[in-house]
Amino acid sequence: MFLTGIENFLRRQGKPLVAFVSRLGEFSTFVAQAVYNCLTPPFYGRNLLRQILDMGFYSLPVVGLTTIFAGMVIALQSYSGFMRFGAEGAVASVVLISVTRELAPVLSALMVAGRIGAAMAAEIGTMRVTEQIDALTTLSTNPFKYLVTPRIWAGLIVMPVLVLIGDVIGIFGGYVVGVYKLGFNPANYVNSTLQNLQSIDITTGLVKAAVFGFIISLMGCYNGYKSKGGAQGVGTATTNAVVSASILILIFNYVITELFFSK
Amino acid sequence: MSETKIKIRNLHKSFGKKVVLDGVDLDIAKGESLVVIGGSGTGKSVLIKCIQGLLTPETGSILVDDKEVVGIDEQEKEELHSKMGMLFQGGALFDSLLVWENVAFDMLENKKEDKKKAKSEAVRVLRSVGLAPDVADLSPSELSGGMQKRVGLARAIASRPEIIFFDEPTTGLDPIMSDVINDLIIESVKGLGATALTITHDMASARKIADKIAMLYHGKIIWQGTVKEMDKTDNPYVRQFINGCSCGPIKVEV
Repeated sequence: MFLTGIENFLRRQGKPLVAFVSRLGEFSTFVAQAVYNCLTPPFYGRNLLRQILDMGFYSLPVVGLTTIFAGMVIALQSYSGFMRFGAEGAVASVVLISVTRELAPVLSALMVAGRIGAAMAAEIGTMRVTEQIDALTTLSTNPFKYLVTPRIWAGLIVMPVLVLIGDVIGIFGGYVVGVYKLGFNPANYVNSTLQNLQSIDITTGLVKAAVFGFIISLMGCYNGYKSKGGAQGVGTATTNAVVSASILILIFNYVITELFFSK
Repeated sequence: MSETKIKIRNLHKSFGKKVVLDGVDLDIAKGESLVVIGGSGTGKSVLIKCIQGLLTPETGSILVDDKEVVGIDEQEKEELHSKMGMLFQGGALFDSLLVWENVAFDMLENKKEDKKKAKSEAVRVLRSVGLAPDVADLSPSELSGGMQKRVGLARAIASRPEIIFFDEPTTGLDPIMSDVINDLIIESVKGLGATALTITHDMASARKIADKIAMLYHGKIIWQGTVKEMDKTDNPYVRQFINGCSCGPIKVEV
């Protein structure tokens, strides 16, 4: 009786487990294929430029708005918190560290995942369900190289640039609040920021940005490429691309921070 | 005896428990236009995709120019595709590209030809399918269904392939436009001297395009012959299909 219960339980769990392992295998193969194709010719330069423009240039307003307000909030919060200990002078360096190490890379990546990851999944997914991907194959073009590779490279190239711009805008946001609202001396604020500026802060942010860029493109392409079942399938692929990329960004944010700063 | 361009033997393909192709045997001679007829969901599209290497069959053999297609690597697949063209059911035009870029896709992306030269060649091919040069600079979404089919046809023949596949070329078109597409298909295939494989359930189209017709039913080729032979056959499955009658051995699964 007890053994039959266990057997039934395992049987019930078996199907989703097999589906999960199969999906994991499919995803691993996709990642391996993506990396291999990124490193071997032919490369489609025109597609890469288009992706860089879409992912980079057109994301600038979103990234700029996100990081400027993040910098402003951090300046306000740290000022009100540090005032309790009489450490208001640390506001500039707290803004600097928060923005460069965490806020610019993570918030920019989450915003780009929502904007570009979704668009990638929707575009590739629609191409899949309307047989455009099959059409590429019949035109002697490897769809992986034509569609996935330029997007992965664009993610790797564009995100660090966006984050670097986000760093500057975020720090500027902190400066605006610090100087015009909290009454810091502009020269002192800038000096404090520059004195506390360390290459590790910027480097960490840029490494994170490259990894996040890879994740955003990978999840967008994977979910789009494997989508099926018409409009509903494309919708599901789009949602999955954004959700999975966002979760992976937060997980890898911790992992990279641990690698750089754990003692 | 005419040379065989495509030779299919004992082809099996399933999706899960659903058996789609269950031992297909088929020969297509060089320069021949073969039309495969059969009801919806009988595996006609799967057959074409297996020949093109887009789907891998479980067992069986597909020889194109005496070369095995099943199990070939990516490089060999690209070589195989370079001698094939395909008109998709829904057109499958790249909506991120202009009409002429769709037609000149192979020239631009694979042969790396000069953009100006590729465009003039694309315009020439578009003219051959009855489209005016000003269509070249439109986006596929600005075209009607019939025009999209013509552009799809132009793209399929632009690289002058040896084998052309037509997947339901007249589906969704009015009878007059269907006839125009049929004429264009005949002109293109004969003009290129290509071998053609068309799948359709439009009997008017099949009669017009085909040198030979084969019927696919329950995953097998159950009958093949010329149009004249089809009209005389007493095969009950073929008779029911060409007469479009719900009474007969073919049961519609609902």
